[in-house]
Amino acid sequence: MEFFTLSMLNGLSYGLLLFMLSSGLTLIFSLMGVLNFAHASFYMLGAYLGYTIAKGVGFWPALVLAPLAVGVLGALFERACLRRLHRHGHVPELLVTFGLSYVILEVVQLLWGRVALDFQPPAALRGPAFTLVATAGEGLQLLWGAAPAALCSAAGAVCSPFPATRGFMMLVALLMLLALWLLITRTRVGLVIQAALTHPEMAEALGHNVPRVFMGVFGAGAALAGLAGVIGGSTFVTEPAMAATVGSVIFVVVVVGGMGSLPGAFVASLLIGVLQTFAVAVDYSLGALLRSLGLEVGPAAAGNSLLRLTVSQVAPILPYLLLVLVLIFRPRGLLGTREG
Amino acid sequence: MRIATWVHQTAVGSLLLLAVGTVAAQKGETVKIAWIDPLSGLMAPVGQNQVRSFQFFAEKFNKDPRLNPAGVRFEIVPFDNKLSPSETVNALKSAVDQGVRYVTQGNGSSVAGAMIDAVAKHNERNPGKEVIYLNHSAVDPDFTNSRCSYWHFRFDADTSMKMEALTTFIKDLPDVKKVYLLNQNYSHGQQVARYAKENLAKKRPDVQVVGEDFHPLAQVRDFAPYIAKIKASGADSVITGNWGSDLSLLMKAANESGYAGRFFTYYTGVTGAPTALGRNFDGRVYQVAYHHYNMPGAMGQWQNEFRQKLNDDFYTGSVVHIYNILSQAMARAKSTEPLKVAAAMEGLKFNSFSGEVEMRKSDHQLQQPLFITVWQQADAKFPYSPENTGMTLAPVKELPAFVSSTPTSCQMKRP
Repeated sequence: MEFFTLSMLNGLSYGLLLFMLSSGLTLIFSLMGVLNFAHASFYMLGAYLGYTIAKGVGFWPALVLAPLAVGVLGALFERACLRRLHRHGHVPELLVTFGLSYVILEVVQLLWGRVALDFQPPAALRGPAFTLVATAGEGLQLLWGAAPAALCSAAGAVCSPFPATRGFMMLVALLMLLALWLLITRTRVGLVIQAALTHPEMAEALGHNVPRVFMGVFGAGAALAGLAGVIGGSTFVTEPAMAATVGSVIFVVVVVGGMGSLPGAFVASLLIGVLQTFAVAVDYSLGALLRSLGLEVGPAAAGNSLLRLTVSQVAPILPYLLLVLVLIFRPRGLLGTREG
Repeated sequence: MRIATWVHQTAVGSLLLLAVGTVAAQKGETVKIAWIDPLSGLMAPVGQNQVRSFQFFAEKFNKDPRLNPAGVRFEIVPFDNKLSPSETVNALKSAVDQGVRYVTQGNGSSVAGAMIDAVAKHNERNPGKEVIYLNHSAVDPDFTNSRCSYWHFRFDADTSMKMEALTTFIKDLPDVKKVYLLNQNYSHGQQVARYAKENLAKKRPDVQVVGEDFHPLAQVRDFAPYIAKIKASGADSVITGNWGSDLSLLMKAANESGYAGRFFTYYTGVTGAPTALGRNFDGRVYQVAYHHYNMPGAMGQWQNEFRQKLNDDFYTGSVVHIYNILSQAMARAKSTEPLKVAAAMEGLKFNSFSGEVEMRKSDHQLQQPLFITVWQQADAKFPYSPENTGMTLAPVKELPAFVSSTPTSCQMKRP
């Protein structure tokens, strides 16, 4: 039970980080139709800028300033580059963001070096947010903050602290979801944005500056990635390969959830986070499955490395398997709507 | 009497002249060594530290004739292989095109395997232009057993040797009862797990292996699920061969999730891991290695100098072994020609920072003492603190070369 609770929390927190990462990408795609290949690079940029600003003025200002800076950079890129390519269709847009991801990688390495940075979370987030204490007789107990040492060292008691950085990550992701949803469905700005996408001429005729709306949306999407970067960078590692490693996963999230669907991205992130976390705990292999089905595995096949591969070994690649399955059986994604 | 002295002096003088004349064959020559390891990607910090180590000690050996009896000038030519076997083979090609005859590499046994094959092929096709591969850190035991090659020389201790030493140490720790094996899913990690199981079964049959896991190399961001699994298994100790970010992130997760067990590691002293451990884990992390941070003598001074000059820690001690053996062998062979140097390196005994070591002739595996160290507060006795953590790796046991030596099945073809 304790293991289940803890794994669930780990899975949800990882899933929510994925959502934080992919929400900006979804936003940009759903509103502008641009598949932004540089999205993970904005994430990395957020982490590096966050590190530098945090060194100067502290973590909390950096949490606000770094995403803003990334957002401004994103908006500038849209204004200077993407806008000119818009009328040429999707492929040039896609290619230019692809190129941008390489440029950002090189610039980051030039400015900050190739070595991982020591980006520490602030003092307030360093300890555990709460501790799950499993005692032999009383079952599961939840204590805020760190549990007293005497309780944990008692016989039969197991203490499992849950890091505050993870709790904070979950909180920010949920706030982000709420804010985005309210912005798009409940505000005038959201209405204008939606109108600008589906009927740009009409929106323009009504006096709305459509190109500026697009610039704002792109900037906002980049800022969301930047925010995820500050949080992800301080929780995990800040180094030049961080964009490449999350880049592929967030595309999986967006495709599995349904291109451009914010609720879809949310569901898919949680699904992938939880799936990957629980898969680590499963030691079953294909060979064991065959045996449990009553099929005898011969001595030659028993040594086969594919049959011996356990689920926990393939856990980190499961999202990609899911991607392939979704593309085969439900190409529009879990909550996506068919383009028409 | 006078004449006798005169004759004697002339004889000695001409002998000396003769000796100088022959030494001069390689004296002053530049020996280029291609350094082929990652300078980008997740493992870049380790590569960057190592290329600086090679350059730092090239300077030391070039300046000091006592260290460098051959009197050659070492020069490092770095290549970034991105931890990829195919990039490595390409880098080897361009190094050879530039006239480099010595190559060194060590990060990732998957890469080292490709290097061994590529060097062997090159030497077969280009007689007279042989290349020697100096393996500074890739520890797959196969390289000096079933896959051994005349052109490959290893200066680190291989996994089987380190596990031999580590389990000899664990034998005397009665409170190690349940062990979990967590490793990277490629040859190195799998061998750590295999030798751990074999050796524990022999030396401590009462120890239970309560879990065994492999994860992809440099892919996992979040080790919290693995730590949760380790805790649930009730393990009091973890044996891991993880290195680079895989070790740092594992330690970070272990610390955050409050895992209270011990860790037996191979690479705690390597970039990033000391910072990830920080002030936690006092007395709970052990490392087995052929070198440590609190070496006495010249090595201790060099380490401090390295820290002052480069603001980084020196941990790839095999760099010093490599320059030592090359210089000794070149002086002995009176040449820098790889064919002659390789022959001179075989079976060579020389003094290095850990005492007398030997390049075993049968498999080209350096036989050397190993050290077990423990992560603890730095103090007056063991002051060196990696990454300014205030902590150190203090030696708790030294195992002479014969203890950790393992047999070889190598049958190499000599030219």
